[in-house]
Amino acid sequence: MARKLLLEHINVPGINTFDVYRSKGGYAAVEKALKTLSPDDVVEEVKKSGLRGRGGAGFPTGMKWSFLAKPEGVERYLVCNADESEPGTFKDRYLMTYIPHLLIEGMIVASYALGAKTSYIYVRGEMMPQIRILEKAIAEAKNKGFLGKNILGTGYDLELYVQPGGGAYICGEETALLESLEGKRGNPRIKPPFPAIAGLYGCPTVVNNVESIAAVVPIINEGGDEYAKLGIGRSTGTKLISAGGNLRKPGVYEIDLGLPVEEFLYSDEYCGGIANGKRLKAVVAGGSSVPILPANLFLKTINNEPRLMSYESLADGGFVSGTMMGSGGFIAYDEDQCIVRNTWNFARFYHHESCGQCSPCREGTGWMEKVLHRLEYGHGKMSDMDLLVDVAKKIEGNTICPLGDAAAWPVASAIRHFRDEFEWHVTHPNEATTRNFGIAHYADPLPKLEEAAS
Amino acid sequence: MKVTIDGFPIEVEAGTTILNAARMIGGDIVPPAMCYYSKLEGTGGKCRTCLVQVSKGSEKDPRPMPKLVASCRTTVMDGMEVKNITSPEVIEARKGVVEMLLINHPLDCPVCDQAGECHLQDLGYEHGAAKTRYEFDRRTFEKIDIGDKIQLHMTRCILCYRCVFVADQITDHRIHGILNRGDHSEISTYIQKAVDNDFSGNVIDVCPVGALTDKTFRFKNRVWFTKPVEAHRDCETEKCGGKVTLWYKGEDVIRVTARKDEYGEAEEFICNTCRFDKKRTSDWVIEGPRKVSHKSVINSNHYDTLHPLPVVKTNPVLIEANKEQFERETRL
Ligand SMILES: Cc1cc2nc3c(=O)[nH]c(=O)nc-3n(C[C@H](O)[C@H](O)[C@H](O)COP(=O)(O)O)c2cc1C
Ligand code: SF4
Ligand code: SF4
Ligand code: FES
Repeated sequence: MARKLLLEHINVPGINTFDVYRSKGGYAAVEKALKTLSPDDVVEEVKKSGLRGRGGAGFPTGMKWSFLAKPEGVERYLVCNADESEPGTFKDRYLMTYIPHLLIEGMIVASYALGAKTSYIYVRGEMMPQIRILEKAIAEAKNKGFLGKNILGTGYDLELYVQPGGGAYICGEETALLESLEGKRGNPRIKPPFPAIAGLYGCPTVVNNVESIAAVVPIINEGGDEYAKLGIGRSTGTKLISAGGNLRKPGVYEIDLGLPVEEFLYSDEYCGGIANGKRLKAVVAGGSSVPILPANLFLKTINNEPRLMSYESLADGGFVSGTMMGSGGFIAYDEDQCIVRNTWNFARFYHHESCGQCSPCREGTGWMEKVLHRLEYGHGKMSDMDLLVDVAKKIEGNTICPLGDAAAWPVASAIRHFRDEFEWHVTHPNEATTRNFGIAHYADPLPKLEEAAS
Repeated sequence: MKVTIDGFPIEVEAGTTILNAARMIGGDIVPPAMCYYSKLEGTGGKCRTCLVQVSKGSEKDPRPMPKLVASCRTTVMDGMEVKNITSPEVIEARKGVVEMLLINHPLDCPVCDQAGECHLQDLGYEHGAAKTRYEFDRRTFEKIDIGDKIQLHMTRCILCYRCVFVADQITDHRIHGILNRGDHSEISTYIQKAVDNDFSGNVIDVCPVGALTDKTFRFKNRVWFTKPVEAHRDCETEKCGGKVTLWYKGEDVIRVTARKDEYGEAEEFICNTCRFDKKRTSDWVIEGPRKVSHKSVINSNHYDTLHPLPVVKTNPVLIEANKEQFERETRL
């Protein structure tokens, strides 16, 4: 059984309270960092750990921290992105609900490393219970001298605030989040300048995902080098995966990066296989924004090697036959699921959530949704598939923020891999509204790659 | 700093955007801009019509930029090489953007008051496709009066945010902004509160389409039947330069707008008194007829002493101005 770094004590009764958390070794990282390490040492440990952002983009956290501008006399801020709204992703909520002090502890250490005196946790507005839980945890920590003025007598001051979000997916995009935090409409900013130079209130700011910040705790406790021993290649450490869909055991799992996907999917320690004895048809590996893959291409890479749960292996094959780690929102589809309907559902989501600033995303998401709707309801045309691919291409890369790409990829990949199923919706419009296409060849073993003619 | 756009080199100051560098070069290589407005801080980056390709980042770091960039918000680097009309990728992407801007825009220019001076019409004509691939109902809204002088027709809005920046930066308290999000966003004033401000009329001038129009002019005439004349007056309103364009029909001034440059931007913003209340020739000092680009349909009404149009023939001021211009042009 793999080691747990974040969820080790998740089942200890009362771990959500300060005292129990502390008795299990909690807040040791704060003591160690504030009393024995300089802020730069902390940054150095995080760099050595190889930790990559857990919010979706996978950017190395230590590197992000070292880019933070540090002009004299200007405040710096750390903002925790707890806006988690990506369909399929629910790992941050889990962590905040059951072990809130881990996030608070991580926030203190990270704020110390960055020299922030005020930090914010921006929590998705719908997560009211979690907001209360965090506020309670902050009050407890403050009471025990871990927050506020002169923490543990070290002279370091930190105030930590929880901010309920604006109730929009786009507020999870880091610059939209900062706008929203400032009390404005949550429109993504046009970059540059990047938050590391001019973020919250125009001051240098780091925005990190909940899990990225929580992971700083074991990194400081055990040292960056130890952390980096877990995982595989440039995917170091452990990762929370929220597994949903037609699984026997859906839930949040902490895995060592590099775990074979087959083991994650089928072993009893993790998802336990597909529910009701069905077969796997398709997988969205990292939240609704990443390309969807048919079962066969998900389990094996195009070179017929087993795929692993790591940033590199999931991305193997690029957009043609790979996907992405994304935010760790793992969704499994069994043979009874309709890919057209699912794609339409995702497109509907992005249409609803586009902020509407830039034309390709504002108009293109709505267009794709309408075309997919008509395909799903049996009024589609054969030309619709090419139209969708073309519209997706016109959005991708031409927008202010990555939501445009996130809307385009699921559509483009679904058509790339499941074109037969889309076409069947056009050729069998009546049947398509009463039954599903089924698994077809989507789980067949991959054909052997042909040798390139030499 | 030296930047090369479509092969044309130019020296510009640090901090200049690619778009402005292109405007200094001028001509066909200037990317179209639907949302950027040089007089309003923070505009640009939204419509994506000005996308260009940076094929060489700078002398120091010659790597090309991975994606097309919005030229209105990207500053030049020394040695940068930019491709606009020489890049098939840019042309293709721009065509896509124009298509996107048009899918929810009504295609009924003949009944729109902006026709003839609409930037979207020009954009569609120059960069768009001839046919629409969009087969769904277009988004529509009711017309709304914003005060007694301005009308908003959201159906035509392209959400360039220019009017929002006018409300933020030129008028003194903002009661105008964007509600909702995505393609269901709309421009709104606080519960349709009338915009009552000395400079509110400028939202009409900055609007590139027919979403915000002058109610005192709406449907009085087609713009190409009117005659633009440059004029000024000594305006008492603070911060108003009183530099305008008067739009004549016969002897009547039927509309007053700010004076616009070749990119359709107001040279100076004007106050509502100049715009809505000074509609007699005697209110103004006439400078002469406005130069209209040979591409503009307004030019179909161009001055011509041999066959002056009826509009000119009946208006003594215009006859005088006409003569002057004719003399000037024949001298050249
Ligand atoms: C549309 C959109 C939504 C996003 N939503 C979230 C989110 O809910 N939570 C999150 O941590 N990151 C989200 N991100 C990613 C953030 O912009 C940012 O990359 C992340 O917070 C950085 O943290 P990390 O470096 O720790 O991953 C989103 C990005 C986009 C484009
Ligand atoms: S890509 Fe979409 S969500 Fe992002 S800024 Fe543009 S319109 Fe808004
Ligand atoms: S009303 Fe006009 S100026 Fe305002 S956002 Fe719409 S198109 Fe732009
Ligand atoms: S003018 Fe540059 S994006 Fe609109």
